[in-house]
Amino acid sequence: MKLTKTLLATTALTVAAGMVNADGHMSSELTIVSWGGAYSASQKGAYHDPYAEANGVTIINDDSSAEAVAKLRAMSEADNVTWDVVDVVAADAIRLCDEGLAMEIDADTMLADAPDGTKASEDFGDLLVSDCFIPQIVYSTTFGYRTDLVGDTAPTTVCAVFDTDAYPGKRALEKRPINNMEWALLCDGVAKGDVYDVLATQEGQDKALAKLDTIKDDVIWWSAGADTPQLLADGEVIMGSTYNGRLFAAIEEQKLPVAMLWDAQVFDLDGWIIPTGLSPERQARALDYIMFATDTQRLADQAQYISYGPARKSSAPLVGKHISLGIDMAPHMPTDPNNAKNTFLYNYEFWADYRDDIDAKFQAWLAK
Amino acid sequence: MSDISADGLDANGLVLAADGTPLKRSLARAMRRQKLRALLLVAPLLIFVLLTFIVPIASMLFRSVENDIVSNTLPNTVQELGRWDASTSELPPEPVFEAMFFDMFIAAEAKRHTRLGTRLNYEQTGISSLFRQTGRKLDDIGKVTKKPLEAFDSAWKDGETWYAIFNAGDAPASKNLMKSQRGLLKRLTSDPASGDVNFSPRADVTKLLPKAAREYTAWAIFTAVQDEKDPATRDPWESVYTALILDLKTADLSGYTGPNEDLLKAAQAADLPVPAFSEAFADMDKDWATPVPWKTIQTHSGLYTSGYFLNAIDAQKTDDGVAWQPENKQILLKLFGRTLIMSLIITGSCIMLGYPIAWLLSNVSARNANLLLILVLLPFWTSLLVRTSAWKVMLQQNGVINEVLVWIGLVPDAERLILINNQFGTIVAMTHILLPFMILPMYSVMSTIPPVYLRAAKSMGATNWTAFWRVYFPQSIPGIGAGSILVFILSIGYYITPEIVGGTKGVFISNRIAYHISSSLNWGLAAALGTILLVVVLALYWAYDRIVGIDNVKLG
Repeated sequence: MKLTKTLLATTALTVAAGMVNADGHMSSELTIVSWGGAYSASQKGAYHDPYAEANGVTIINDDSSAEAVAKLRAMSEADNVTWDVVDVVAADAIRLCDEGLAMEIDADTMLADAPDGTKASEDFGDLLVSDCFIPQIVYSTTFGYRTDLVGDTAPTTVCAVFDTDAYPGKRALEKRPINNMEWALLCDGVAKGDVYDVLATQEGQDKALAKLDTIKDDVIWWSAGADTPQLLADGEVIMGSTYNGRLFAAIEEQKLPVAMLWDAQVFDLDGWIIPTGLSPERQARALDYIMFATDTQRLADQAQYISYGPARKSSAPLVGKHISLGIDMAPHMPTDPNNAKNTFLYNYEFWADYRDDIDAKFQAWLAK
Repeated sequence: MSDISADGLDANGLVLAADGTPLKRSLARAMRRQKLRALLLVAPLLIFVLLTFIVPIASMLFRSVENDIVSNTLPNTVQELGRWDASTSELPPEPVFEAMFFDMFIAAEAKRHTRLGTRLNYEQTGISSLFRQTGRKLDDIGKVTKKPLEAFDSAWKDGETWYAIFNAGDAPASKNLMKSQRGLLKRLTSDPASGDVNFSPRADVTKLLPKAAREYTAWAIFTAVQDEKDPATRDPWESVYTALILDLKTADLSGYTGPNEDLLKAAQAADLPVPAFSEAFADMDKDWATPVPWKTIQTHSGLYTSGYFLNAIDAQKTDDGVAWQPENKQILLKLFGRTLIMSLIITGSCIMLGYPIAWLLSNVSARNANLLLILVLLPFWTSLLVRTSAWKVMLQQNGVINEVLVWIGLVPDAERLILINNQFGTIVAMTHILLPFMILPMYSVMSTIPPVYLRAAKSMGATNWTAFWRVYFPQSIPGIGAGSILVFILSIGYYITPEIVGGTKGVFISNRIAYHISSSLNWGLAAALGTILLVVVLALYWAYDRIVGIDNVKLG
């Protein structure tokens, strides 16, 4: 711990001085694990390339985030952790922290302050949902619909998903209970503040499944984020849930006749963890990278590439235009006031407890 | 050599080799040497298979019964709970709460309590966050005793004070306590916990203040080994303060002489308050004031458990025996059944489609046969994912097949066929992918059947059908058998194709195994499901051997 702090202090100094880091205490290679595709590309542009250039470090990308938890556990059991920094969703970060597979981060000493001197812990605020988690982006799971297939009145609320009379046709939903159960309860008349209390009861779970039952025959269930944009493009579904960045790409980059239904979008977080069991040199390098990659400017830079909101409050005003399309990115952020009129925050604690139980019920219901 | 007769027999009539040893022994030796040489030749492969295949599988399967995490994390609690009768529906007695406090304290310091919480959450929803939150709040109980003691005499604020009391120095040390606490930490953290600690518990203090000595020793080892700090100068955990106050309630210090004896005696005389552990736990979370978490810990405290296997067949281990899961959670048996039935259907359709192709292959000229064989093998050269995704394009409602059917007017536009995201989609895509595994063994068997047999049968008046059914078909059965076993066993463990085209009703048990391996991290359950699948396959193989005979399987 002491060693880390000393190292951290020295690296902070060197970074502050803007010197090329030839420090023998840090490894010269960094293996970063992320989700691949456009998301990894955005990280490469905003963090990896500038960092590698400034520090002479070789950065190795590994697109394994989808299996990160299982793989990290296996690596830790084999006592051979080959990853230095891993990009995971917040729920996975909590589990990795619980399992002792991710190191604890002290936001104020290990992360950069905001330019105005605000401490990192305050700048990230409530988004620091786990002791091991360094938030990076806010993304949301929300619905997109085919403007040409939903008739004359475009849907405005999430309950349009459950209204097969007004909007006949197939819908795409994710093949897991998370988010679907919440939306079902919301559209079954449960108040937003009560959703998780209701969902914690057997009756509440039955109620949610009964609501989903009303559209079961009209649903195509997806398991990969790219499925919904594809299904929308093929006209297989008229609306479907997916991550907002995927829909942005479909609308702005591929120019599909698709529009966003931001109503009741579910906010979720994605960010970094550093695995436990790294050698001091590698850990120092990982911490140095994290300090750089999660500062205010870097997080704002990422939004030039992809429509996910920066996790720092201080980054929001710095969000600019898309790097190749040249359009303003702010209105496409899930956190933009126009989009965030009615939002829902993923309840990590609840799903950590109920995930297995409700998933078994959900899968049994699906198989019926 | 004198008793060897001319015909090479010894006095007992045994055949002898040229060097005079009995031929039987000589032969055995030669054979042994040959076997050894053969073994040496295959040794690299054998070791490779053993290390990369058998050992990992065995260790993975072992997880399906392994359960030492509970007793490693909460050793004293498990012991105390053993005396509690769960059927009375009363809360466990105070010593259980006390043991839980000390166990949990160390576990929380080692960050292992949340791991146990995850494990027990598989059995009882809600335990995960209960453990996580309790771990955070545990210090508060400790502070209840720490503050009054420090306020009573500020000497207790010094790490040196504690070290002087408990460290043996030149006095006799309690080796047993040291050993048992090292063992505890080793099991808890899976770290050897063997380094130098610069501390050994004083034997007489250990006798007088057993709980405090136990906790202090655990803390000292942990501080030295895990944190790599010197315990001599540092403040112990809050739990050590609590343990000391508890010990002082009953300890007889009258005959005690040692470092800081006055301090100890004064603290005893002050009669400082002990926390009521059961109330403190109830304050932390009301769930602790119900028997539920305690029953869960007690039920699942064994070193080995049948719990995962019971979960794998939709049952569960409860405090009063085995019970079925509630009906709305029963899914795994259904999936096992579905996996078997659909694998049979896929095998059947592979036979139906593959047989004529194999027949064609073995009955055309060699040049054409090669061309056809390339066509059969062509799909092998494309990625599995690409082939499966291609089926999506073909089968979906706006896909190629439906568009064609609508265009030629066979199907009205409003009633397009649902060909994907159901069992039909899985069967079609998997049949296509597994077909070569059926065709190849069939072809290699059929190409060995002499065509003269069919001609002979026909020349003796058999109809085409009789000649085929009575003469040709029986000879091709070994090929069907080999192909069926291959296809069936491959399809029973298939994962990616059902995931992509199976929708909700076309998924297999392997999709649940994948979920438990990579998402829920319930590796015990995944291992149990895998073991059951393995046993089912072996049983079917055995049944096949009994019914058809494994000699009847030929790959060529």
